[in-house]
Amino acid sequence: MLAADVAELSSGWFLENAWLIALIPMIAFAVIIAVGKHLPMKGSEVGLASMAASLVLSTGAMIQWVQRTNSASEGEEAAGLLQAFGRTLPRATEGEAEPFIEPVVHTWVWWSSGSLEFGIGSLGNGLTILLLWLVAFISLLVQIFSLDYVRGDRRYTHFFAAITLFSGGMLVMLMAPNMIQLILGWEIMGLCSFLLIGHWWEEEANSRAALKAFFTVRVGDVGLLVGTSIIFFGANAWAVDNLDSNGFDIAAIQAWALSGEAGSSFLVPGAIALFIACIGKSGQFPLHTWLPDAMAGPTPVSSLLHSSTMVVAGVFLVAQLYPVFWQAFDIGQGSLTFIAIIGAITIVIAALLAFVQDDIKKVLAYSTVSQLGYMMLGLGTGAWLPAVVHIFTHAFFKCCLFLCAGSVSHSGSHHSFDMKKDMGGLRKKMPITFTAWIVSTLALTGIFPFAGFWSKDEIIDNVGNNGYTVLMWVGLGGAVLTAMYMTRATYLTFFGEPRGAAAGEHHPDEEHAEEHEMEHISVGAPEPEPRSLGAAANAHADDDHGGHDDHHASDGPHESGPLLLIPIVILAFFALFAGLANPTPLASRFGEGIESMKKYVEPRATPVPFEEVIASGPGESIMIIDGRPSASPAAEEGEGEEGAKKSGCGFDAPEPGTACFFPGVSHAEPTFAKILLSLGVVAAGYAVAIAFNVAFYGRRNKHLVGLTERSKVLRGGFLFLKNKYYLDYLYENVIVRAVAHPISKATYWFNQHVIDAAVNDVGIGARKTGTWVYDNIDQKVVDGAVDGSGWIASEAGHGLQPTQSGKVSQYGALLFGAAAVGAIVLVLVNVS
Amino acid sequence: MLAVNFLLLAAALFSIGVYGVIARRNAVMVLMSIELILNAVNLNLVAFAMMTDVVDGQVFALYVIAIAAAEVGVGLAMVLMIYRNRRSIALDELSEMSG
Amino acid sequence: MSAVILAADDVNVALNVGFGIIAAMMIFAAISVVTSKNVVHAALWLVMVLAGMAAQYILAGAEFVAASQVLVYIGAVMVLFLFGIMLTRAQIGREAGLNNKQWALGVPVAVIVFGLLGWVIIDAYGDDVLPETTPTPTVELSDQFLDIYLLPFLAISFILLAAAIGAIVLARKD
Repeated sequence: MLAADVAELSSGWFLENAWLIALIPMIAFAVIIAVGKHLPMKGSEVGLASMAASLVLSTGAMIQWVQRTNSASEGEEAAGLLQAFGRTLPRATEGEAEPFIEPVVHTWVWWSSGSLEFGIGSLGNGLTILLLWLVAFISLLVQIFSLDYVRGDRRYTHFFAAITLFSGGMLVMLMAPNMIQLILGWEIMGLCSFLLIGHWWEEEANSRAALKAFFTVRVGDVGLLVGTSIIFFGANAWAVDNLDSNGFDIAAIQAWALSGEAGSSFLVPGAIALFIACIGKSGQFPLHTWLPDAMAGPTPVSSLLHSSTMVVAGVFLVAQLYPVFWQAFDIGQGSLTFIAIIGAITIVIAALLAFVQDDIKKVLAYSTVSQLGYMMLGLGTGAWLPAVVHIFTHAFFKCCLFLCAGSVSHSGSHHSFDMKKDMGGLRKKMPITFTAWIVSTLALTGIFPFAGFWSKDEIIDNVGNNGYTVLMWVGLGGAVLTAMYMTRATYLTFFGEPRGAAAGEHHPDEEHAEEHEMEHISVGAPEPEPRSLGAAANAHADDDHGGHDDHHASDGPHESGPLLLIPIVILAFFALFAGLANPTPLASRFGEGIESMKKYVEPRATPVPFEEVIASGPGESIMIIDGRPSASPAAEEGEGEEGAKKSGCGFDAPEPGTACFFPGVSHAEPTFAKILLSLGVVAAGYAVAIAFNVAFYGRRNKHLVGLTERSKVLRGGFLFLKNKYYLDYLYENVIVRAVAHPISKATYWFNQHVIDAAVNDVGIGARKTGTWVYDNIDQKVVDGAVDGSGWIASEAGHGLQPTQSGKVSQYGALLFGAAAVGAIVLVLVNVS
Repeated sequence: MLAVNFLLLAAALFSIGVYGVIARRNAVMVLMSIELILNAVNLNLVAFAMMTDVVDGQVFALYVIAIAAAEVGVGLAMVLMIYRNRRSIALDELSEMSG
Repeated sequence: MSAVILAADDVNVALNVGFGIIAAMMIFAAISVVTSKNVVHAALWLVMVLAGMAAQYILAGAEFVAASQVLVYIGAVMVLFLFGIMLTRAQIGREAGLNNKQWALGVPVAVIVFGLLGWVIIDAYGDDVLPETTPTPTVELSDQFLDIYLLPFLAISFILLAAAIGAIVLARKD
């Protein structure tokens, strides 16, 4: 047991004001929109400055989080940054549990009605802060890259505005303390994705790709809203009772899911609904179809949104709300889970599709989908930490690959992305790009010591360790395929004889129409393709023809300028070394302290007493609590790793009065044999691929060329892949048409015959009523009364007319007679 | 003698004058009936003067006589005008002022 | 009524007899005025009524009024009437239809009026006896005229003037 006088967890200015990290880009967006066009660098300087500021803030936050984590274990002295490196934390030995590092929450009241109150602000735990730093870093590099890449574009300022807004939106989502803010950030990202994919919306293909991306993700977003609602209704009561919180609060949801009181009628549908949103956003099967089409946007957009940051939002959602999925799908029990299956399918189908792409960006897009499948596979099988590490490393090498592709097209292939037509042999002309590409490819395929080795192979290792042997082989197979298609792409781009634009064949300005046509036709020429959004978007119309002028000065391919290369080089550097943030296989030699991510990013599976959890109420500042662990069941039953794996948070309900925030995931011990297996498999894949590529593309081996034409089976398979499994056809022509058209017809019929009929009937009824009222009441009764009164008056007048005869004698008679009568009355009255 | 004598006589004359006003057709006859009425009133006044032993009634009677004279003068002038215009002074023929 | 008169004690028989004769004559003459078929006869009957009036005035002790009655009414008004009759009819003698169509209406009206008045009079003054009086000296009248009733006196003069002028204006030929 730790000493009772464990110090409070340290906090700091950067942690408490982490909300600035998201606010600055938002403000920058507004500034760029307002005055960007009048600034000397047309608004890009504002974007760069905001990203740099966010990077600085998130770096500070990261440092302070490290200090905070250290301060939990050994008090104030351990809070030093450098002292903590390499020092191991006390592990779950008997009687001792790792202290739970409370996230730092800082919110303001956003909505308050009755009993429901949630805030807007920041929640900083290890995962969040890591990703905040990552997004800020990648965004900054991409914006530097865009300075040169997008120069001269017709909407330069708006490009930077949209990219800054996107970064702001993602940062908002990452630091969300409750689901509402998460959804807000999520939607902002979706909007920016739409704006940026359709950046050159004048060409219809681009706008259709943007719409397709938006709608496909939107289908998933239904799941997000439904899931949030279900989880809210499930968690709210528990959160209000126990944690003085509400059902939107993410920390409360985590605790509720692991509390043992969460009904599976809420958990399972909620988890499925949320995961559907992740399927849409992170491009999992079956909603992956939008990601390749999203390559219609400018390359910086592809590198930022659709490879490293936005598409990992779904993975982040699963990782942040991991307890929900853990409980709903029984991830820790070794049974096949929904998430894992989807992830595995995605790995394979995307990898297969990458083989038949001619567009270099599409190869990378499918590679992204495949790697996202790896992350989901990891999360679905209980390998939380490797999946998160893979987010981290994948961002670097995938972004680097995309930027290299952008560099190639910018300076090497005259804005074309078609590998077969316009690339080839570029390694001599663009050495730096080539080197960075190779580094990133090796990282992607998981070769030691590049970054991907430490993350992807860990995923595969943990998958196998947790009992999913089949899925482990699927992962290994995916690694082989990755190696092979990347070899193909590398060979076509950088090796062989230069073709088309890479050979310096320059299409002069007057022949732009021809070039367009060629780009349109080139993809579809040998085989028929179904008409669909996908096919149209394949034609990468007009990538960035705005910035054309400066290329005619230098003929032929050449290396790119420094503004393009510096981000590439930096990213390649990280692709090389980023894996050392969590080198698990080296832990047995160097001690566990070397696994930084495990120490600082992975939350602890330790129950926390309620009264020490100040729920992230809005308006309250930091959640600093005593990280003192209670006498948890995990500690008492701790008989080493084996026993602790199957009990404790995530397996048993926590003791009454305590809350668990993270399940006890298990970590595989990497063995030399397993490492050798994965490396060997990948190496074999490389060997086969290199041989095939050289034979097929290089020497045009007679037996291989035209194989798909001769063999019906191969041809069928090739067509199946080329048409992307006919999924687009299914979605467009079958589902959308079958659902949308009948519905619209039915609603039109309903409108015409029911609603309009009702309205018309009301009108007819009113008219008939009016006519009846007019005829009967107005004419007969009312007019009768009026006429009658007039008749009475005239008859009375006629009756009285004889008294006005004009005869004096009659007047006299009347006079005297009336006087007599009056006198008689008077007399009678007075006398009687 | 009793006071009622004069008063009753005056009442009788008054009634006869009323009858004459109503029943007569000739305009001059109507004027004559009106004279009867006036004289009846005069007799009343004088009788009351005698009854109460003051002379105010007689003064008033003299006034009535004077007024009656003036009235007859003007009235007959009007009758003459009507006769000139209409050649008739039958009152039931002079009924244009009917309603 | 006459029984009441005769039964009264210090009653002046001659006064009453004289009154009764003259009253009867007057009433007869008045009825003849309104029922005569000849306008000139009616006018002459009216003269008789007026003369009887003058006699009644003397019986009532109003000698100056009687004298004025004779002078003004009989002497001027009746002359006016006769002139009027002369100027407004072509024939002298009987003429048909001196009564208008509604003469029957006048009878009940007259009867009602007389009955009412009679009843009221008898009810109010039935037992009053006229005091024995001397004829009124004219100087008392003139005292009233020129003292209390001076204003009406002057007004009367204006009225007479206006009436004269009015009659002249009305009866002018042009």
